[in-house]
Amino acid sequence: MVAGDVNNPLAEQLPPLTAHAAAVEADRCLYCFDAPCTHACPTHIDIPRFIKKIASENLRGSAQTIFASNLLGATCARVCPVQELCEGACVLGSDHKPIAIGRLQRFAMDCARDRNIRPKATATPTGKSIAVVGSGPAGLSCAGELARLGHAVTLFEKRDMPGGLSTYGIIGLREPAEVALEEAQMIESLGVTITTGIEFGKDIALHDVQRDFDATVLSVGLGRTPELGIAGEEAIVDGLNFIEASKAKTTRPEVGRNVLVIGAGNTAIDCATIARRLGAERVTIVYRRTDREMSCYAHEYDFARKEGIEFRFLTQPARVIVKAEGPIGLECLRVDLGARDASGRPAPIPVAGSEFLLPCDQIVKAVGQVKPELAKVLALETRNGFIAVDENFQTGIAGLYAIGDCIRAAGAASTVMAVEDGKLAAKAIDRQFTRSAALAEVG
Amino acid sequence: MADLRIDFAGIKSPNPFWLASAPPANTGAQIHKAFEAGWGGAVWKTIGAPVLNVSNRYGAWHYGRQRMLAINNVELISDRPIEVNLREIAEVKRAWPDRAVIVSAMVEAQPKAWREIVERIEDTGADGIELNYGCPHGMSERGMGSAIGQVPEYCEQITRWVMEAATIPVIMKLTPNITNIVLPARAGVAAGANALSLINTINSIVGVDLDTLELTPSIGGKGGHGGYAGPAVKPIALNMLAALGTDEVVAKSGIPISGMGGIANWQDAAQFLLLGASSLQVCTAVMHYGFRIIEDLCDGLSNWMDEKGFKTIAEVSGHSLHRVSDFKNLDLSFRAVARIDAAKCIQCNLCYVACNDTAHQCIDLVSQEGRVVAPLAYDVRSNGKHEAIETRPQPRVREEDCVGCRLCYNVCPVDDCIAMVEVAPEGDSVTWKELSEQQTGVTEDWETMKAYRERQGIRIH
Repeated sequence: MVAGDVNNPLAEQLPPLTAHAAAVEADRCLYCFDAPCTHACPTHIDIPRFIKKIASENLRGSAQTIFASNLLGATCARVCPVQELCEGACVLGSDHKPIAIGRLQRFAMDCARDRNIRPKATATPTGKSIAVVGSGPAGLSCAGELARLGHAVTLFEKRDMPGGLSTYGIIGLREPAEVALEEAQMIESLGVTITTGIEFGKDIALHDVQRDFDATVLSVGLGRTPELGIAGEEAIVDGLNFIEASKAKTTRPEVGRNVLVIGAGNTAIDCATIARRLGAERVTIVYRRTDREMSCYAHEYDFARKEGIEFRFLTQPARVIVKAEGPIGLECLRVDLGARDASGRPAPIPVAGSEFLLPCDQIVKAVGQVKPELAKVLALETRNGFIAVDENFQTGIAGLYAIGDCIRAAGAASTVMAVEDGKLAAKAIDRQFTRSAALAEVG
Repeated sequence: MADLRIDFAGIKSPNPFWLASAPPANTGAQIHKAFEAGWGGAVWKTIGAPVLNVSNRYGAWHYGRQRMLAINNVELISDRPIEVNLREIAEVKRAWPDRAVIVSAMVEAQPKAWREIVERIEDTGADGIELNYGCPHGMSERGMGSAIGQVPEYCEQITRWVMEAATIPVIMKLTPNITNIVLPARAGVAAGANALSLINTINSIVGVDLDTLELTPSIGGKGGHGGYAGPAVKPIALNMLAALGTDEVVAKSGIPISGMGGIANWQDAAQFLLLGASSLQVCTAVMHYGFRIIEDLCDGLSNWMDEKGFKTIAEVSGHSLHRVSDFKNLDLSFRAVARIDAAKCIQCNLCYVACNDTAHQCIDLVSQEGRVVAPLAYDVRSNGKHEAIETRPQPRVREEDCVGCRLCYNVCPVDDCIAMVEVAPEGDSVTWKELSEQQTGVTEDWETMKAYRERQGIRIH
């Protein structure tokens, strides 16, 4: 999918900045010292520096400045909630328009892609080998950083293509699959071996990697969309599958005329957007709490409303009415909000006897993802169902590390946090090796 | 409403704004158009010796995305046949009797050549003549332009020849490519010139192309110094203008001065007037935006004069000259410190880095709890806009250590955020001149200076 492709309603939404527009925007940057945008970025990219290098037409240097802190700059430039991060912290935000940091980063990363500018990797081989399981943003970042430090890295991916959610789970409007795949190729070019079609726990076991590698990093993300536990659920489309189908090269998902999307996170917004853009006449997000509690970003909510997506708040699905041709309606209950629950939000209390019917011909659910199943399989210690790790990202098993969404017990899961995990874990693993080597010498 | 009319050495115009002798004043058609737009006068592009021009004659200095902060040119004087120029001058003057039409001239340094050009100009009915002693390129290699302007004796000699022949006002235009601008000005006064004008363009090379490694602009692979003009030269022009206004000989002579050099808007114009100009010439701004800028030049100047209570241009002219001082007459006890308005501060920390890296190390970063903190001190795992904004320290001036250098004030991107606040003086009011006359030891010997400072309670920060 190419940005600006008018025939493709799901093509990348924002066109690339022209060189002139990028230079004008870059010149607007004040070049803050100890800049808040850099602090706000989970990977702490030296943002004023890369922007000033765009202004001075040192695009090679600009790309390297980004790579120095974040190997997945191309993905982050597209999917980061910049309003909550760098741009949200821009000092120009209060009185003026914040600098378009995300789009400038994309400009620098597009340029790196076009000119084949690769991240610097100068370390000599260490002789250490590491297995990384899962090639989403956390895994790619960790693998690339480890390779830059001179370690031999093999990345195991169960799917056919690398990139994890970047490739399969993010609406093409924000990130076309090509971007994620090119980024994976760039990581390979740093010396990482990516092996697809290999599922950890099925095709290879923990003892295999423990035998063959000096360390193992789990970057397995989360599982499928959880069960709602309502009658007729088999007629509901899984939101992640729905997005994945929308990113396929030659086919498109089947979309109803009157679509309900259950859930109000960013994935739900993506699903609703896909349905709307692929021809649904009416798309309604069904959420049991209100717009104050929903987990999508404020800018995503604004975007959805501009797309013409409707919202039914305080509405709890109770039963899918299914006929031979598929779902024809979703029976729901009205909800009252009660005291705060474990999530810190008011608990939804369905009102008995308040049943009402939302007619529809397709229902998509996007209500989060189940906790990593691997934790149970490997009997790993968990925190709220997520894999528990120490400050070095090490699990209870020595030499077994975990990063990304599968450890995100607190805070919102995001691509850029996953990238930072990968970077920090790579450094921690490298330190661990150095320490063992030093101890061995002393011994 | 303010009266913008001027009478400059006998040359009258409805407002003080004239096109400077330059490409915008190359032809009758252009000047007709400029007068239609409202220009008060025009100094015709220099006529005189025969020339041939080259292509790629204008270079420019862009800064950031601001185009043409300055222009650099190697265009010579008018390359149009002199008869054509003279005929058009006559036509323009006939068509615009209320506007000032001045003709710039440059011929070889021969009395006969100058006498001849003066007579031919006078025959057109023009209001005045400007002597071009300024062009720093091309013509100077032939002994004209700045080759004259750089030697006060030549200026005086040629101006004398002109004054013997001329019956209309003569303006002698000065080159800034000289160490002391006062000397050629005094030569003009001595020769009896009716007025002075300054500045002509400054010698400059605008740049080197980093792809071709040729000079910018490249004239068939080569380039050279050209005349520099535009907003970037304004401070240099203002200084030279003030130098004439404060020179005893020039000031006492009462010779009027036409000011130019980077005037782009009415604010620049007002500043030239305040420092002693009584007519104004504009070129680069017109070359950038066209003749239409005259509307705001007049409108803005008039509104400002009304606000300030100035009724005529003559009242404004030279109004700030008494504020110009040599360093030796400045009050050494005057003290100001920088104060940052925390409510306006956007915490870009540009003041902090400028002060700490390059000035006097008196701005601290203070945490929300009031502790002085180091920059870049946040935990690597801290992120998000809330943490970044809510934990961001505030720059604060340690006023007791501030020397009042004003660097922070200059780098601050927020209007009225940093103020230079006058504070109680350290020691008695005294100038360096007074010190050097009354307490010679202090100005000549470090030990005596130290004792003096201690007596006065002056601390070096």
